[in-house]
Amino acid sequence: MLAHLPVLQVLLPLMAAPLCLFLRRPYLVWIFTLIVSGLAFLISISLLQQVMVSGTIVYEMGGWPGPWGIEYRIDKLSAFLLLIITAMSTVILLAAHTSIQKEIPKSRQIYFYILYLFSFTGMLGIVSTGDVFNVFVFLEISSLSAYALIAMGKDRRALWAAYQYLIMGTIGATFILIGIGLMYQMTGTLNMDDLARRLPEVAQTRTVFAAFAFFIVGVCLKLALFPLHLWLPNAYAYAPSIVTAFLAATATKVAIYLLIRFTFSVFGLSFSFTTLPLQTLFVVLGLIGIFVASTAAIYQKNVKHLFAYSSIAQVGYMIVGYSIGTTMGLMATLLHLFNHALMKSALFLALGAVMYRIGSVQLSSFHGLGRQMPFTMAAIVAGGLSLIGVPLTVGFVSKWYLVLAAIENGWWPVAVLVLLGSLLAIIYVWRIVEAAYFKEPAVATDRVREAPMAFLIPVWLLVAANIYFGVDTRFSVEMAQAAAQSLFGVSP
Amino acid sequence: MAMLSGIYGLLSASLFVTMDAVDVAFTEASIGAGISTLLMLTTIAMTGRTEHSVRHKPLLALAVVFVTGALLIYATLDMPYFGDVMAPANLHVMPRYIQDSMAEIGVDNIVTSVLASYRAFDTFGEVVVIFTAGIGVLALLSFARRPEDDAEISSDNISMHEQNLIVRIVSKILIPFILLFALYVQFHGDFGPGGGFQAGVIFAAAIILYAMLFGMSVARRAINQTFVQLFAAVGVLLYGMVGVVSMLNGGNFLDYNVLSEDPVAGQHLGILIIELGVGIAVATVVIIIFFNFADRIDILKHKVNKKL
Repeated sequence: MLAHLPVLQVLLPLMAAPLCLFLRRPYLVWIFTLIVSGLAFLISISLLQQVMVSGTIVYEMGGWPGPWGIEYRIDKLSAFLLLIITAMSTVILLAAHTSIQKEIPKSRQIYFYILYLFSFTGMLGIVSTGDVFNVFVFLEISSLSAYALIAMGKDRRALWAAYQYLIMGTIGATFILIGIGLMYQMTGTLNMDDLARRLPEVAQTRTVFAAFAFFIVGVCLKLALFPLHLWLPNAYAYAPSIVTAFLAATATKVAIYLLIRFTFSVFGLSFSFTTLPLQTLFVVLGLIGIFVASTAAIYQKNVKHLFAYSSIAQVGYMIVGYSIGTTMGLMATLLHLFNHALMKSALFLALGAVMYRIGSVQLSSFHGLGRQMPFTMAAIVAGGLSLIGVPLTVGFVSKWYLVLAAIENGWWPVAVLVLLGSLLAIIYVWRIVEAAYFKEPAVATDRVREAPMAFLIPVWLLVAANIYFGVDTRFSVEMAQAAAQSLFGVSP
Repeated sequence: MAMLSGIYGLLSASLFVTMDAVDVAFTEASIGAGISTLLMLTTIAMTGRTEHSVRHKPLLALAVVFVTGALLIYATLDMPYFGDVMAPANLHVMPRYIQDSMAEIGVDNIVTSVLASYRAFDTFGEVVVIFTAGIGVLALLSFARRPEDDAEISSDNISMHEQNLIVRIVSKILIPFILLFALYVQFHGDFGPGGGFQAGVIFAAAIILYAMLFGMSVARRAINQTFVQLFAAVGVLLYGMVGVVSMLNGGNFLDYNVLSEDPVAGQHLGILIIELGVGIAVATVVIIIFFNFADRIDILKHKVNKKL
């Protein structure tokens, strides 16, 4: 069975989703979803071990080899991403049943879990596959279910947010598809490995250039790089809390994965960084993104909006690391990928707890929460500190490597700007702290109690991970380094 | 706009025929020109046919469209000519499909062997996309109907549907043949254009025709929604189970060779079952989507009637 693990990783949640319809009771479906996600997590651990020991795993679908059939190709980068996605999903699901009780009517809860599983499946599929068209198919699965999940938010504005995301996301996906189609036309293959071998022959054609341009724009829409980020804040703010936590921890990460995978393993590093002035473009957009989004975050009244803008800023950090174009820079990006997933899932899940008790995440309703929900608020503060990059949290580790990478490359101004960006994070995190600890609670909210255990356990698991991986960086740094080195090794 | 997009679908279907992509044309005709136009019309019935006046000037959108178009034209400059035998797309992967698929899979229609065997995993993904769409509609539009509303709506319906006598009788004669044709398309995929996707849509079209002419309440009595939902899940699971069985028989996921003693027979069996899975899933999902849309319309109409 061990040989089938690559496909089982994706197949398990995929087959589980339609089975949910037969279970009929939301509670049972929740338990079932949780078990499936947990099993997927175990599979991803096993895959990671296999990859670290014996290198890239190739699995041929239908027994058809190479460019004729579709193959799954799991290398260190994929295995790392698989681990992040499955771990986040499992922890977040712990709180799902309690959270959606208040946010989604009972008759629709089963559909919620089905869509959740599909979104999960889609992301795992994108990360596992070694075939560019298969990427598109699974991108559709994950996006389509994400649109529906966001639209299930209690607020009526969720529908409009989901619609905006749908339009922008579909444009992104179509651009990616056009890119894939043009590549196929010039090479006759859809297999990533095969493409990497055949693209250099036709690299100088205008068609391949257009393919590259379409792909980059499409994927940047998906990862919400400034100025293509406009869909993100509302989508995150009005989605059900669980969905926000899940998407914030995984969706943009998968888009970044796609960017790295295509530029490094398909187009090749030399092509990617020379055809378009990609490095300059990305470093500028990344930095502007950090500042514009962080500044916007400061002025938000809705805390979910606030952290959504902060997510856009964090994408900026990842893109800056990527654009440095060295092993060290890529490593900083991958590290931040992992660390940001930990921070944002903790923060948004804690916000879910606030939503559960108060029914709103407006900054004004946070007044006095520091005393009423001490554990939840402590978690938000811890996550916020991590977001700023205070030592002993994961945020520090990723900023540290990012600054090191910039300095190593002689990009002093970039390093300084990255640090300045963190100052903005202090301001927006402080606004929450101020509201929660230094303002008197409104009279009406006297009866607010601490969040139930179903929230506190996963939230504090994530906070603990934030601190653990901030102190003991061996695992995350080693993984990021191994993945970055293998990418540079393939295409020097 | 709905009519234009329907015409667009039909035209592109004809374009695909002239490009010798008959399978694609068939799919486009049934889905692009058929079902999606219908769904768009139901949406219009719900929302109203005139557009609200636009507040902003869509200049940015126009610029984006223009740039995209320019880039697409730019891309064609170095493209191989249409139908060029030496084009990379015809030289690399394609020859094996053309030369060996008969021996390896034994299906006359090469498109089917690529779709259902070489790249079966993509097709599985597509079925899942369709199923996701169905679940998405259920998650957003489904609601519990109150029985007393139901009774009133059905009385509304019956009075309304007693008109159109000729259409009703003619379609009553036609519906069995449409269903039969769907089955023909379903099982004909091995030899010519056809297969689960198109068959599913045609099958669903027959049901929708019935629902439109005889009213939702009658159709609802004939077709149980819970049952349809479970059937959609069965369609997806059927496809997946073929893969699981092939894994249990010692092959890789969706390796049909191990399904039977003789690899070619195994391929036949595998393709037959997955196409059936596709057909079931597509038909049921289209029915689910239409029923949920139409239910909303019924409720809206009912509310209006009550006010009058």
